[in-house]
Amino acid sequence: MSATLSPPHSMPVGSHVSDRLSRKASRHVKERIIEALLFSAAAFSVFVTGAIVYVLVKESWVFFETVPLSDFLFDTQWTPLFDDAHYGIMVLLSGTLTSSGVALLVAIPLGTIIALYLSEFAGFKVREIAKPFLELLGGVPTIVYGYFALTMITPLLQKIYPDLPGFNLLSAGLVMGIMIIPYVASLSEDAMRAVPMALREGSYAMGATRLQTALWVVTPAATSGIASAYILGISRAVGETMILAVAAGMQPNLTFNPTEPGATITSYIVQVALGDLPHGSIGYQTIFAAGLTLLLMTLAFNLLGYWLRKRFREVY
Amino acid sequence: MMTAADLAAIRAIITRAKRWDLFFSLLGILSLMVGVLTFTVLFVDMAIQGVPRLNLDFFTSFPSRKAANAGILSAWVGTVLVMLLTALAAVPLGVAAGVYLEEYAPKNWMTDIIEINISNLAGIPSIVYGLLALGLFVYYFGFGQSILSAGLTLALLILPVIIVATREAIRAIPQSIHEGSYACGATTWQTVSDHILPYSSAGILTGVIIGMARAIGETAPIITIGALTFIAFLPPAPFTGEPPAGLFDWIFAPFTVMPIQMFNWTSRPEAAFAINAAAAGFVLVFMTLAMNGLAIYVRYRLRKNIKW
Repeated sequence: MSATLSPPHSMPVGSHVSDRLSRKASRHVKERIIEALLFSAAAFSVFVTGAIVYVLVKESWVFFETVPLSDFLFDTQWTPLFDDAHYGIMVLLSGTLTSSGVALLVAIPLGTIIALYLSEFAGFKVREIAKPFLELLGGVPTIVYGYFALTMITPLLQKIYPDLPGFNLLSAGLVMGIMIIPYVASLSEDAMRAVPMALREGSYAMGATRLQTALWVVTPAATSGIASAYILGISRAVGETMILAVAAGMQPNLTFNPTEPGATITSYIVQVALGDLPHGSIGYQTIFAAGLTLLLMTLAFNLLGYWLRKRFREVY
Repeated sequence: MMTAADLAAIRAIITRAKRWDLFFSLLGILSLMVGVLTFTVLFVDMAIQGVPRLNLDFFTSFPSRKAANAGILSAWVGTVLVMLLTALAAVPLGVAAGVYLEEYAPKNWMTDIIEINISNLAGIPSIVYGLLALGLFVYYFGFGQSILSAGLTLALLILPVIIVATREAIRAIPQSIHEGSYACGATTWQTVSDHILPYSSAGILTGVIIGMARAIGETAPIITIGALTFIAFLPPAPFTGEPPAGLFDWIFAPFTVMPIQMFNWTSRPEAAFAINAAAAGFVLVFMTLAMNGLAIYVRYRLRKNIKW
């Protein structure tokens, strides 16, 4: 380029830059506005969490002004809608823990075996078919699982235990377990597949079999991922509602015996919502106190999962 | 020197090890079969009970006290309208949030909080969203037990699903596409709107379909906002009725949806209603299966066709 040729838009030294390069040009303003809009969409999720905490705490606050916290935690009866009202959350917690326990006894062993099988044993074709199928299984609406537990599993179990009542925590828990299998299996499998090939090859080179490699090399290396899959399964079980509302009966029952009917925190909320409780009554506030308990439980599990991932993550 | 006895011992160990491998393979297939079998029994049982009930009348009748006359007209109309609002609210918000986190967000505490918060939201039980909606939409904003309340509730519920799907779809686009666009002088938004969004649209669509399939089956949060279970009328169509309804009157109308109608029939003792429940359940499962199947198909095509 010749030095004598001046650029078409030459400006005297010291004058301001062209408008098209200025930060104030419309294109920059537009960019800023768009960025602000997108940011507010992302920040909206924080607002949602804030709103959940605010609503639950606000209504529970009113509840705990009437009912002392010690009653809530230690009373052994839950009869908030009776004249002789008792508010012992323990009763609902026992139902939640029992049904979740049954569900996890099904979901954790089966989910783990399926994950190990799909990641270490199955061929490409089996995996390509099985994974979408598991997704479908996880996508079935829970009300349908509830109907299935009530009309199919309970009569089946009654053939084995004739004394089993029509509503019970056992059949609800079993079906819930099957519902949770996909979550446990698919997350565990992701964790196992993330284990580098070199570890497996090392193991095979030492003469280990597939099973030995799967159990003693892959599983330990994927512990943090498998643990968080379990945690997700637990928090699904604790928060599951419709299966229990349909198949477990909704009568509060302080028991750890799965063959009895029982109410859980979630099915109690449904039961109250189905009725016609006036806004602002103590019965209305109990569901927020119950919801707060549920939120705190799932929050604790989420934090535990987060901590496990950090603490036991193997970095390759 | 290896003796014949050593060789035999080694062979025995190998046979034993192979037997264990085989045993575990069978165990794996058996466990998978538990899932497959449950699903098959569930689906076939509902089909046998419910399909004879599926005629045109079932889709064009309101629920009724007589099981044989009852239908799902108000339920499926309600589901379609609620889903419409859910999609309108959740898709723009979720995609915008996902784009922000992938393309704009600086690495600072603010972004960390948003990210931790989103994964936390995904773990909150759906019934808690129902309580939020009861306190916030129904009473505080005064939307009442309307289609609007339900649509917004389900939108909040599936927001994390859409955000995560958007982020994954964007992350699958190679960095060189971004760099090429920036090298040509494009701004961030030009890069996003001309390249990132079009290339990730199939992945985002998959996430949206999966989210909507989940929302269609959600029962607990909608019961919690106090939706009635016996609705024998449709929301007002725009410009009809006396006096003519406004264009958006339907969003404040009371409603029922498919899963609630099914719950209502399931909880009745008469056997005739159980058959209705099976029929409604069959329609519901069919819808979610179709949506999930569509999502799996879109993703499969995507993986096959795109070679960066």
